[in-house]
Parts: sequence; structure tokens; C-alpha cells
Amino acid sequence: MKTVPGDRRRRWPGLLLLLPVAGLLWVPFYDRPMPALFGFPFFYWYQLAWVPLTSLAIWLAWRLGRA
Amino acid sequence: MSAPVPAASPGTPGALGILVFVLFFAATILLGAGLGWRRGHSGRPAGAETSEEWGLGGRSFGTWITWFLVGGDFYTAYTVIAVPALVYAVGAYGFFALPYTIIVYPFVYAVMPRLWQLAKAGGHLTAADLVRARFASRPLEIAVAATGLLAIIPYIALQLVGIRTVLEALGLPGEVPLVVAFVSLAAYTWLGGLHAPALTAFLKDVMIYLVVIVAVTVIPLHLGGYGAMFATAAAHMKPPPAGHVLGVGQAVPYATLALSSALAAFLYPHTLTGVLAARDADTIRRNAVMLPAYTLLLGLIAMLGLMAHAAGIVTSHSTAVVPLLFLRIFPGWFAGFAFAAIAVGALVPAAVMAVGAANLVTRNLLPALLPRRSGPDNARAAQVSGLLVKLAALGCILLLNPTFAIDLQLLGGVWVLQTLPALVLGLLKLGLRASGLLAGWAAGMAGGTWMVMADGLKPVHALHLGGGTMSVSTGLLALLLNLAVSLAVSGAFAGLAQPRTSWSPPWRNAARK
Repeated sequence: MKTVPGDRRRRWPGLLLLLPVAGLLWVPFYDRPMPALFGFPFFYWYQLAWVPLTSLAIWLAWRLGRA
Repeated sequence: MSAPVPAASPGTPGALGILVFVLFFAATILLGAGLGWRRGHSGRPAGAETSEEWGLGGRSFGTWITWFLVGGDFYTAYTVIAVPALVYAVGAYGFFALPYTIIVYPFVYAVMPRLWQLAKAGGHLTAADLVRARFASRPLEIAVAATGLLAIIPYIALQLVGIRTVLEALGLPGEVPLVVAFVSLAAYTWLGGLHAPALTAFLKDVMIYLVVIVAVTVIPLHLGGYGAMFATAAAHMKPPPAGHVLGVGQAVPYATLALSSALAAFLYPHTLTGVLAARDADTIRRNAVMLPAYTLLLGLIAMLGLMAHAAGIVTSHSTAVVPLLFLRIFPGWFAGFAFAAIAVGALVPAAVMAVGAANLVTRNLLPALLPRRSGPDNARAAQVSGLLVKLAALGCILLLNPTFAIDLQLLGGVWVLQTLPALVLGLLKLGLRASGLLAGWAAGMAGGTWMVMADGLKPVHALHLGGGTMSVSTGLLALLLNLAVSLAVSGAFAGLAQPRTSWSPPWRNAARK
């Protein structure tokens, strides 16, 4: 098994995981039509943008967490 | 979005469409069952298939197979039908599926690698196995297993509804399509176990991706581009307050439904089965990074609900929205292909669900007469349980009705969330005890069910706070009640000695090999 033992992983990068949670659960921030992008109202493209950003955040949390 | 769907299509895809459908649907079933059966038997004498092999693919799936398998069984065919249907019916509010399927991945990354390690070390196949090992409590094990089983049967039923929806759109009404769907599913899982969906998930995903990419490029072109599409769709909806996209009072239910759905998603037997079948913990971490690609697809699928409005689809049966839209826009042969993609897309998750449910029955619910080890007897028992679970799902639709399956699935989401404290919070140093968790589970189940029933089968519950009203996800409220009771009762029993458990909590660092 090539897993890194839990206690040897850095803890702080785990905070990166909270970014998408906060960015998507604070709905009033993105509940608006403007500014639109390629015809997509802000509400839609903002949430779609979080898809690659979440992948990036998880990847960073994983990489930076390796001691 | 809850009535049975009559085949009120504007046209049928024609003979060519039906031919394309049958070709792809049959090919997938034969391939999955055949390859899965061969994989499951290669290199060992006939009949020596173990339950770990049938039920968890021998815990051997690498990054790509896990990606296709989990993606294929989390984003179900019912999703392709139901999410656009919801968006068609309620507009932007239905998009909560998008934040839900994004924030689920930080959760998967944080929790699942640890659960995988514990499952691997202890030879566990199910959530209830893990809970039994952690808390040494047979009642808690049964509670967790029964909850998972209760939640998964209506979910399988909805996959059958998904297959029936496209079969009816092909012009094959009546109960015959449903029986065909059922027999295909049964043969497929019986022979292949978890190997069958793992191998066909690839085909299914390629087909679904192709259909959705064509749909979200071609359909807006018909409708004058995305800007025009959003504008036309908005004209069919109740207008939101100026400067907003969601309606009044929808922000809180939007956020809480996204959160509770995300927390519940990987507690289901089928999703957890997909995760535990991974080869190692890093496979899961890598998948937490890669799986959001499916969410992009889901966001585009959700747009189909708006596109249907723009395309002038008018129906009171919103589950028919996607088939109607495809028949309106696509030539018959491509509609046939799209319907085959959806039908195969139902088969893959339904098979994983049946396998996950069968694991629960054989390992956790049956009285512990047989030794709980891998072996040929246990694999056969799992096959039979899988078949019974599917029969129960079929009964859900045939004897009751599809609306009942939908309502039960809603309740299932609330219920399955009540296993979170035992399974996930058991990883933390919270001093939780079996007695507390069992009391919390009972409170959450009872409270959640009562709220859902009292609210007329709605997923949100209205809270009256200081003069204002706020709708909050019922599952989340039930979970809070569950947590409060779990902690309080655990605290009350804190002085008593704990039973010895077969694995220590991970902070003692004793669970790893």
C-alpha cells in the first residue's frame, strides 16, 4: 500500500477544501444575472467555474499535504 | 415531476431509431455480462468466485476504472431525466444539483481514503461492516445496513423508471418494456457482479458524453445561441425579483439541499461500493480530483431543462422533457442512440446498486450463521440477494406506482444521511458510543420521516424564526437532531467501559497494515 500515513501528512492544506464549500454555499453572492459570460448569466457560469477550481483545490490540498 | 409518463410524444424515432437503440442496448448488456463473467472466473476454477470478487471486484480497480465506475454510478440515467425535468419545472432552483455534485468531492477527498484504508485492513465490504468493526454493536450494524437497503431499493426502481421512460418514447408502452429492462439488469448483474458495470461504464460514459455534447452544441444553435436560449426560457418562468436569478426565499433551501445531498451521496451502498473497490487510497484521492469532470457534464445536462422551454416543449409530465426534446431536435437514428445511452446509463448504476445492496444483505442483515468470510457460498448468497433486491425494486413500480418510488427515494435521501454520524464521525475523536449513535439514528429517522410526511413529501421543511419563515433541507435538520442526540446520549454513558473493538480509531494509528 503506497498511502502516506495520516499523521505524516500536513494538515493545513486541507483548509483549501473549504474554498469550494464556502464559494458555493454562500448563495446570495452569486444569485444575480450580471455580469453574463458568453450568454450565460452570472449565476450559471459562476457555479460551472467552480468545477475546475474545485479539482484544482483538491489537487493542491493533496500535493501540499505530502510531507 | 412525479406523474407516470404517458407516451405523448410529438413523433417516434422511427424504425431506424429503434434499430439503433436495440443494437447499442443489447451490445452493451452482452459485453458487460460476458466480459464481467470471464473476468470474474479467469485464473481460478469454476465456482470458486469469492464474495469479495463478486461484490467488490476483488478490490482491484485502478484510477481509470474507478473513475468510470463511480462516475457511471453516481451520475445515473435518472439524473439525465430528472435534473432537466426539475429545471424545466422550477427553473434556476433546480440547479442545486450543480453545487451538490461539486462540494461532494472535498468531502470524498477528506473522508473516503480513510474509510478505504480501514475497510482494506479489516476486509470490510460495506458501511455496516465498518460500523460493526468500529463500535462492536450488532444493533448499530443492522440499523446502518437496513437504512442503506431501504434507501437503495427506490433508487434502483427509479433507474427502471428511467429505462421505461425512453422505451415509451420509442413507442413501446405498457409493462413489457419494464420487464425487458428488469431481465436485462438481472442477467447482467448475476453473471458479472461488480465487474460487469465496471467494464460497461466506459461504454456508457462515451455514449452519454457524445449525446450531451451534441445536445448542448446543436440545440442552442437551433434556438439562436445560449443568450437567446436563456432569455426565451426565462420568459416561460415566473420572473425572479430584479437583480436575482433565484426566486424569493429560495437561497437557503438551495444551499442546504446542495449540502445535505452532498453529505448523503457517498453514504449510499452503491457509491460506497464504487469507492471501496478502488485499488488503494491514492486512487480515491486522484478520483476526487478527476470526478468533477462529470459535474461539468451534469451542469450542461441540467441546461436541457431550460432548452426544452426555449424549444417550445410543453408537457405537464416533466420526466418526459428530455425524450421529447431529443425527438423534437434530433433525427430519428440519433434519438435512438441517445435513448440507448440513457438506458445503458440506467443499467450501470442499477447493477452497482444491486451489488451494494446484496453485500449489505449477506454480510450485515442475514443472521451470522455462516462465517462472514469470502467464499463460494457467500458469493452465491450475494447473487441471490441481488436478485431479490431488484425484484423488490420492480415491485415498487409495478405493484405500487412510479410516484411511490419517487417519494420513497426522497425519504431514502433523508434516511441514508442518518448513517453519517456512525460511519464518518466514528473517524473523529468525539467520544461517540454505539448507544448514543443508535439513539441519534432513531431520532433522525423518526424526526426526518415525520417532517417529510407532515410537509406533504417535500425535501425542505419550513422553520419559523422570529417572524420570518425559512425553508431548510429536511435531511439536514434530521441530521442535526441525530447529532445532538448522539452526542448527548454518548456523553451520558461516557463513564461506562467501552467494548473492545476490532479496530481502534485512526488517531491511535493502529488500524493500518
